[in-house]
Amino acid sequence: MTDDDIIICRCEDITLRQIRELIAQGYHTIDEIKRVSRAGMGPCQGRTCRQLIARELAGALGVPIEQVEMPTFRPPSRPVLLSTIARGEADE
Amino acid sequence: MKEVDIAVIGAGPAGLSAALACGKSGATTLLIDFMDAPGGQLIKQTHKFFGSERQFAGTRGIQIPSIFINQLSQMPNVQLVLGVNASGYYADSGVLTLEDGGKFIKVKAKRVIIATGAGEKALAFENNDLPGVYGAGAVQTLMNAYGVKPGNRVLMVGSGNIGLIVSYQLIQAHVQVVSLVEAAGRIGGYLVHAAKLRRAGVPILTSHTIVRAIGEETVRGAVVAQVDQSWQAVPGSQREVACDVICLAVGLTPLVDMMWQAGCEMKYVPALGGHVPVRDENMRASNPAVYVAGDAGGVEEASSAMISGEIAGISAAVSLGFRAQDADARLALLKSDLAAIRSAPAGEKIRAGIMSAMACGGER
Repeated sequence: MTDDDIIICRCEDITLRQIRELIAQGYHTIDEIKRVSRAGMGPCQGRTCRQLIARELAGALGVPIEQVEMPTFRPPSRPVLLSTIARGEADE
Repeated sequence: MKEVDIAVIGAGPAGLSAALACGKSGATTLLIDFMDAPGGQLIKQTHKFFGSERQFAGTRGIQIPSIFINQLSQMPNVQLVLGVNASGYYADSGVLTLEDGGKFIKVKAKRVIIATGAGEKALAFENNDLPGVYGAGAVQTLMNAYGVKPGNRVLMVGSGNIGLIVSYQLIQAHVQVVSLVEAAGRIGGYLVHAAKLRRAGVPILTSHTIVRAIGEETVRGAVVAQVDQSWQAVPGSQREVACDVICLAVGLTPLVDMMWQAGCEMKYVPALGGHVPVRDENMRASNPAVYVAGDAGGVEEASSAMISGEIAGISAAVSLGFRAQDADARLALLKSDLAAIRSAPAGEKIRAGIMSAMACGGER
């Protein structure tokens, strides 16, 4: 299997090979992989790749998927323009 | 800052039903959806619902949103905002942040009902980023909501009800479904849907999976292979299928970001599609200001979403002292409706999943 051609994070173009290399290097949580590769930091905020990465981690570490630590979820959960936030709260 | 009794995030079947229950109780209610039209996934469900009359049996899914909207629009205590993105929930203050076309709005809600639905799962295979690879839900939206044909020859991956129904709707739109592959040894969805496909001549290949998409600029085919019991491709079983669309119907996962943000206790329940909030039978999460409704609490279907939405709506309102006259009787009826839907043999996994997601495996 050419894991170079398997996209895990569509937003940031991260392949299965990159994820596997990171796990081999000792990045063993979704948050660590996110911070070092940007997987999950694109417009969809990990909705597509999070479970795929979790499954890959579970397989590599030999643990059930529920034991893979989930990343931290912070607002905004969807992309918001900086200019929107900079303008501040709209008058109601 | 705007203040309301109850904010409902998501105006799909669960959110519409929750907001209507809140409205009837007299609570000030804000119903929010990021799409420009209400209904969530109902906007593309062209088939007639079955089950109980209380859940609109015999009515097409696409007709249901307007039934709710007509009632909600009569209620001065309910406000519906569309095209508005609920981007954050701050549990310490109960403040929601909303984005409305470049405007940033804060809303303080005493209770929040999260009815954000579910998203499609992805699949890892070679060339899975080629244009022409779609989620089955996306294809259904293209066809039924926008009237766009996704292509001419479709390989469907996954035989749950979504894979089966979208395949049949593709055929109705004169798109050829060249094959349906299912990694498990048996069909996942209802046999009545699968039988329609077989009658239409669609080959259903169980114990088969997609290995790679073929094509340079866009999909022009796929390689499928038989899988053994440990889901590994059987050597020598690979073969090529000509197609211009690969449609992934490999399951849904609850959209739960806001419940993580709200600090709700979460649990991974495979039968419900992924992480779900631990909740009681009134759909209240471990953060007592937060209720969950519909697929966001575990993937089922639209009828159960409308029921759990109404349960969440009534319960959230009652927790604030807004009690419609028939609240207790209605709650009892809804809970028995929900149990009836899940009592079918196909509901066995869901029942086990719900038990697992309940705080103490039952009433709290």
